[in-house]
Amino acid sequence: MAGIVLDKLKKSYGGTEVLHGVNAEIADGEFVVIVGPSGCGKSTLLRMIAGLESVTEGEIRIGERVVNGLEPAQRDIAMVFQNYALYPHMSVRQNMAYGLKIRGLPKEEIDRRVEEAADILEIRDYLERKPRQLSGGQRQRVAMGRAIVRKPQVFLFDEPLSNLDAKLRVQMRLEIRRLQKRLGVTAVYVTHDQVEAMTLGDRLMVLNGGRSEQFGTPIELYERPQTTFVAGFIGSPAMNFLPATAEGGEVVLENGARLPGGTGAGRVRLGLRPEHLLADDGGPIRLQAILAEQLGASTLVHGTLEGTDSALVAALPGTRAVTEGEVLGFSVAPAQMHLFDGEGRRIG
Amino acid sequence: MVENRPWLAFFTHVVLLIGIAVIALPIWITFVAATHDEIRMTQVPLPLLPGDQFWANLKATLFGRGLSGTETAPVWRMLFNSLVMAMAIALGKIAISLLSAFAIVYFRFPFRMGFFWMIFITLMLPVEVRILPTFEVVAQLGMLNSYAGLTIPLIASATATFMFRQVFLTIPDEMLESARIDGAGPMRFFFDILLPLSRTNIAALFVILFIYGWNQYLWPLLITTDQDMTTIVMSIKQMLEAAEQSPQWNIIMMTALLAMLPPVLVVIFMQKLFVKGLTETEK
Repeated sequence: MAGIVLDKLKKSYGGTEVLHGVNAEIADGEFVVIVGPSGCGKSTLLRMIAGLESVTEGEIRIGERVVNGLEPAQRDIAMVFQNYALYPHMSVRQNMAYGLKIRGLPKEEIDRRVEEAADILEIRDYLERKPRQLSGGQRQRVAMGRAIVRKPQVFLFDEPLSNLDAKLRVQMRLEIRRLQKRLGVTAVYVTHDQVEAMTLGDRLMVLNGGRSEQFGTPIELYERPQTTFVAGFIGSPAMNFLPATAEGGEVVLENGARLPGGTGAGRVRLGLRPEHLLADDGGPIRLQAILAEQLGASTLVHGTLEGTDSALVAALPGTRAVTEGEVLGFSVAPAQMHLFDGEGRRIG
Repeated sequence: MVENRPWLAFFTHVVLLIGIAVIALPIWITFVAATHDEIRMTQVPLPLLPGDQFWANLKATLFGRGLSGTETAPVWRMLFNSLVMAMAIALGKIAISLLSAFAIVYFRFPFRMGFFWMIFITLMLPVEVRILPTFEVVAQLGMLNSYAGLTIPLIASATATFMFRQVFLTIPDEMLESARIDGAGPMRFFFDILLPLSRTNIAALFVILFIYGWNQYLWPLLITTDQDMTTIVMSIKQMLEAAEQSPQWNIIMMTALLAMLPPVLVVIFMQKLFVKGLTETEK
């Protein structure tokens, strides 16, 4: 068992730098999710930890060992790939045993480990089948089984659920989480899906343009996003951003509405989560509705801040009929107002 | 397409039947000629039904001294020579192309693409074009009248290298990465993953290359002077010219039949893999 330390990690391809110095300390047994939009460098970062990409600058330590120069096989890691990367010509059993066979483990030990993993994952019945005879979810299990039998110090997951249908994804998500807790192995998981990130991770690293924007627990990220990027990325539906001015303990919106709360002075961006807007007929935030999305449990009202062009979304509990052009009033608790400066950094 | 035009159906069938006859008739004549005795084959009209001399002719052809009045090797010896040549060329080409394609696809070394294009350009230099310099080289190396001389100059293959390159490119990168994490070195990856995954392609290529090797005519003609090294394809031509009397059609046709047999067997037995190897795209 071991933690992972990333120390000012940089990666360049030719002259282009794609990771600009990422730092992180991942504790032993922790489940860390790296989340970000496509092209943010999250897969590159994971592949660097795996040893599939070289490190341009900085250091990776697994346990106490610097692993920069080590081959993937020497790093004591296991990786689950997006397309599973099972060997198509080998049976499930052979797939799971291949790494152990190369390491030269005795045959009884290999069989024991494979069967143990097969029991955990409930794939014992498929051990003699070829990967192409399995469904997506079963292949996913085999890919995880292949990781488990190696008893690694670190699990690496590269968007392992993105090829599954929505229902199976939720189920496998829980299973991965359960499995990782049970085995107590440090895990790094890459995804672009913020729901997956929020539900799986002990801590999340939000990566944007090769930089770590924030690294913290899901609730920290939700409640106190440090940048507008994190604020907009975490939470669904996404946070509203309104241009505003802060003055004397109040925030003044474009249309002159005044909201109590907030610190700082001058031009700011006000972030409001749709679910934090409370229906209040006399409230200061006036939303002119365009259309409503009925989700059953809640209704999303899309519209603009009255008198402006700024888009505004509010989530109302239950079902509610909304006519176009209708003006709804909302208020918000001061603690749930997020203020950001011109560079997108959090104020206060 | 559903059509009901009886005349069209009739007409297309007639065309097909004529086509079959054009191809099958010579083979039938060959077979018939191989079943009659020598005298019958020189009489008119040509027989169209099989005679009863098949086994006698077979024995005479395989183990006899060939045509009367010539000193050729027995046909079994020629068959053996052809088999060695065809197998060595096919397996040699496959082995070398697999390795060179492996190097070009999976390793980063200086002038990688340069080497690839150099291999590719040799497509323009088949044996017939470089025949004189190649002969000179083989002669200087003392490889005339040997299996090495028969096969080595024909082994280097741009086509097969190119084909295996394409095959390897369709194998997802994750397969390599997964093998690296499992701790497989390059050669282990080659033998455990790449070879099994290219199995059908190797089989398809083997069929093509075996027939290519079997049908070699010009090269064996040039470098073998020893009767014991002649191959069957070149000897048929010699048989027609060699005899001073009228040709012994029964022996010649039996030889031709025997020469046709191995490629036919290879195609029949490897047909399934052959089609799979040429059509299968999913890895």
